Amino acid sequence: MRYFLRRTIQAVLLLFGVSVLTFLFSALAPGNYFDEMRLNPQISSETLASLRAQYQLDRPLPIRYAYWVSSVLRGELGFSFAYNTPVGPLLWVRARNTLLLTLTATLLAWALALPVGIWSAASLGRWPDRALSGATATFLIVPELVLALGLLIFAVRTNWFPTGGFVSTGFETLSPANKLRDIVLHMALPVAALALSSLPILLRHVRAAMAEVLGAPFLRAAEGHGIPRQTLLFKYALRAAANPLISLFGFSLGALLSGSLIVEVVMSWPGLGPLLLEAILARDVYVVIGGVLLSTIFLVGGNFVADMLLYRADPRIRTESAAK
Amino acid sequence: MKLPSKLAKWLIALGLLHGAVICAGFFTPYDPGEQDRENTYQPPTHIHLVDSQGHFHIRPFFYRYLNREDFSEPPQEDTTKIIPLRFFAKGARYHLMGFIPLSLHLFCSDPGSGRIYLLGTDAYGRDQFSRILFGGQISLLTGLLGAFVTLLLGASIGTTAGYYGGWRDGLLMRLAELFVALPWLYLLFALRAFLPLAVSPLEAFLLVVVVVGTVGWARPARLIRGIVLSAKERDFVRAARGFGASNTYLLRRHILPETAGVLLTQAAILIPQFVLAEMTLSFLGLGVPEPLASWGNLLANLQQYSVLVSYWWMYLPALAIVPFFVGYLGLASALQEHANPHKIEVGVTGDTV
Repeated sequence: MRYFLRRTIQAVLLLFGVSVLTFLFSALAPGNYFDEMRLNPQISSETLASLRAQYQLDRPLPIRYAYWVSSVLRGELGFSFAYNTPVGPLLWVRARNTLLLTLTATLLAWALALPVGIWSAASLGRWPDRALSGATATFLIVPELVLALGLLIFAVRTNWFPTGGFVSTGFETLSPANKLRDIVLHMALPVAALALSSLPILLRHVRAAMAEVLGAPFLRAAEGHGIPRQTLLFKYALRAAANPLISLFGFSLGALLSGSLIVEVVMSWPGLGPLLLEAILARDVYVVIGGVLLSTIFLVGGNFVADMLLYRADPRIRTESAAK
Repeated sequence: MKLPSKLAKWLIALGLLHGAVICAGFFTPYDPGEQDRENTYQPPTHIHLVDSQGHFHIRPFFYRYLNREDFSEPPQEDTTKIIPLRFFAKGARYHLMGFIPLSLHLFCSDPGSGRIYLLGTDAYGRDQFSRILFGGQISLLTGLLGAFVTLLLGASIGTTAGYYGGWRDGLLMRLAELFVALPWLYLLFALRAFLPLAVSPLEAFLLVVVVVGTVGWARPARLIRGIVLSAKERDFVRAARGFGASNTYLLRRHILPETAGVLLTQAAILIPQFVLAEMTLSFLGLGVPEPLASWGNLLANLQQYSVLVSYWWMYLPALAIVPFFVGYLGLASALQEHANPHKIEVGVTGDTV
């Protein structure tokens, strides 16, 4: 339990640090949302001053920060000037869509990477391994942006998939089964782009971790005892190779979050990416800060899950933290 | 010292690729900003050796495309007029590497006879091939300068933390943890968000370099710190210190040379990533603006649905980065192999995700 407590405190400190850092950046920024308004002759300087006072923009930085933290605790995360609403509700919807995309892509990528990577390691140096290594090397060099645009052109030319958006027009009129089908079709391309871009890295790690374990004496002994190859690979070797892979799982979520930012904009998926881009162009600072903070929360959450899995999978960590 | 052949191979390949981009003026037929408003969205020109009557020509030639009324129909070539290619011919004036005035081009056509568009033209009738090569200058320079800034930051922070230790180490490494914890693209966005938006092209370019350069310092800093930590306890360093060597001497003579290998490998990993970062920023309209060409803003055209549907050659700038990626990743893994030959290769981008 101590282990988790320590992890939680670390995560909270990290989030605090990130929020201070982004807040400092935002304070250094030249210009703000109201600069545009100042150019508008219909808005008097008194109105502007009162608006600035309303949003506490005329206060010194520490007070602004304290005010913002209190709004975070209320779940509002500050105020969006462009949308004229609290940031929180604005972000939740978008974050749900982003999570839907990244979690599906993460699961898909791992579901593919594990068996294929194990197969590759089991045939180390022979043709399946060589062919797979060649294929991963090819995909490794195609960046998300290029991949996403390529898939989009493919979709436009074949008309097999809808291009862009979350649901089709007239979504409300569809039956539940068709609604599901519609969402899945819309998700297919962005998920494919994300999964394909993270797959080669995962594959290489799975292969390396498994290859290292497969040479271990205890596995040769187990093989000598006549344990079937399938059991050997998936039960014995995978467990021994699991540690670095579980840590990687946490990291892969972070990489996918970054990747999904681009993919969402390219495929006009209504996630955090397009919202953040809009907010940057409109100088809507609290939306930007909220978006960055939320992405960090996801990442910390992913690492937390990875830590818990690690705790379950590896008895050494349990005894180590108990001994402390 | 003789270079291992694998390293040399990748270095030569990268040298050739960069050479083509640096000498873009010679390899391209036109100025990247030159507009041909009569021929907007021309598909790539086909080069022929056999004409429409079946006669063979030794000199390669091409046909002009007929102007289309209806853009849904496939383009037709005007086969009545053969336009021969001229090699090493005089054409538009340019400055090689920015300062040598020249007008010699590897290939172009006779003036007034029709223009060759190897990779098609864009909305203003500008030659995409020329724009891609010239755009590479901006994109690659961003990557190189960005990597330089990052490694400079990373090396100085890592060395300070590792060599002096104490509260400096604690503070700097906590900061590094913060930067590593953020998804890098969000960090890039956040940094860009708080810098001015409407700026001149040159300022925008410098801004992108600074933003890209400050994002990635944490990982190299941590690596360098580790090396410095172990290096400063080595016997020969202790001996030198015992003889009264100053901190600056120790760092310069004994400790920093130890970090060279890691710095080189990190550079090979970071440069393509930063080129990609420039592409992403410019693609989203946050980076280098028109009329300058960069790989990112060339792709920005694809955000219009009509372009996506009708003009597939506008996608070609995306592929320009691929050979450079191959080169740099190959170089990085060759460097890593050189450093520790027995490790099973995991993939060089694996540790930077």
